[in-house]
Amino acid sequence: MAQAGIVEMLGFGPQGWGQVLLLAAMVTFLLTLAAMAAGAVFGIAIAAAKSSAHRGLRALGEAYTTVFRGIPELLVIYLFYFGGSSLLTSVGRLFGGEGFIGMPPFIVGALAVGLISGAYQAEVYRAAALAVVPGEIEAARAIGMSRSQVWRRVLAPQVLRFALPGLGNVWQLSIKDSALVSVTGLAELMRTSQKAAGSTNEYFLFYIAAAVLYLVMTTFTGRAFSRLEAHTGRSLRRAAR
Amino acid sequence: MIMDVDFLFETLLKLGRAVPVTLSLVGSTLLLGAVLACLILALRVSPYRALNHAARLYVFLFRGTPLLIQIFLIYYGVGQFQIVRESVMWLVLREPYACAVLSFSLCTAAYTSEIFRGALRSVPAGQIEAGMACGMPRWTLWRRIIAPITLRYALPAYSTEAVMMVKASALASLITVWEVTGVAQQIIQQSYRTLEVFLCAALIYLLINFLITRGLALLEYRLSPHLRARRASQAS
Repeated sequence: MAQAGIVEMLGFGPQGWGQVLLLAAMVTFLLTLAAMAAGAVFGIAIAAAKSSAHRGLRALGEAYTTVFRGIPELLVIYLFYFGGSSLLTSVGRLFGGEGFIGMPPFIVGALAVGLISGAYQAEVYRAAALAVVPGEIEAARAIGMSRSQVWRRVLAPQVLRFALPGLGNVWQLSIKDSALVSVTGLAELMRTSQKAAGSTNEYFLFYIAAAVLYLVMTTFTGRAFSRLEAHTGRSLRRAAR
Repeated sequence: MIMDVDFLFETLLKLGRAVPVTLSLVGSTLLLGAVLACLILALRVSPYRALNHAARLYVFLFRGTPLLIQIFLIYYGVGQFQIVRESVMWLVLREPYACAVLSFSLCTAAYTSEIFRGALRSVPAGQIEAGMACGMPRWTLWRRIIAPITLRYALPAYSTEAVMMVKASALASLITVWEVTGVAQQIIQQSYRTLEVFLCAALIYLLINFLITRGLALLEYRLSPHLRARRASQAS
């Protein structure tokens, strides 16, 4: 069956899928990055809504986290990709356009994974904000800092530091969720390995290769997060000991 | 777009008929996953370094890669080899449903074993020492002291994992298991009404997850009457 050897197939030659797979891994990384950024926006907004004094806003925040943590990630992606596309198509018909108008897969994917990651990030930020010692905020107010100054100098740096371990977990989740965006046809790592496997009939080989690339990604970014934790926590270390 | 109530109702009914498939998928996954998790946990806490490292490697591999790739590896990847096709294993591995349960269980076992390990580590040493001081044999100690406390501590995190598994069960539709998401796609192919059908499916998943979290919270409540009593007496 296999005319080309394993090395050739995974290599960078004309027969090899190496370069394509590495590029696809890059797409996965960028997709996760975009999703994480979108999720940060949603997460902060929802965390603010959940801890607001307004009852309606609290209910809204609660509903958001319940829905996006309670329905399958695959369904969220389908909902955005196919639902969004059919909405776009009917809007297109309204203006005299014809045929199916698809949503751009990268943006849909980043948005869908971002919405899910936002639901988890919201909880992380909320817990981190609760971990800030109230005395420090009172002290900042007492020496005459304005509201925005308190946020910028006292709250935000600490919330970010307390949130880092949780954000690391959400990041790992988002990398794995990004594989589901493959159903939209976006050429990220999962989709590309499927294509490579299909066209060479070497399913085992290419799925293992993709799994290794995912492992490399999760491991190295995990390390980066613990480095960052150590860096931001360097002023705390003495107190902890 | 006007919501068609009849269509929504009909869709909910059709999707409802696929709920048993989703539930049996999740149920068998959780069962098999819990057994596997106990095995991995046993390796992880064993004093032998080789066994310990094997368990660590397992958890690292299955937590570090997307579940979808694990499913495809088992369904498409393993079936590629002639040896597998000719062996008894093929009876299991050619079935999409069995492959889904197998890959889900292998994956959830990695997460669950870590949940159990965390719970096991927080069993107070004093309780174990007290049991030993009473002269309990090792097995009785496990059965009456360590296992119940571990179970109680593990429940909150385990309910999160159970919800994760319900969500993951949607991936089985990608290897042609007709559970709720798969049936939803079938309905869409016939009716071209994407939003309504997916929203109905979302509703069903929300309901399942709500029932699971409530059920496990109730179990936790029932398992800790002694802790409640103390809290109440402290308050008075």
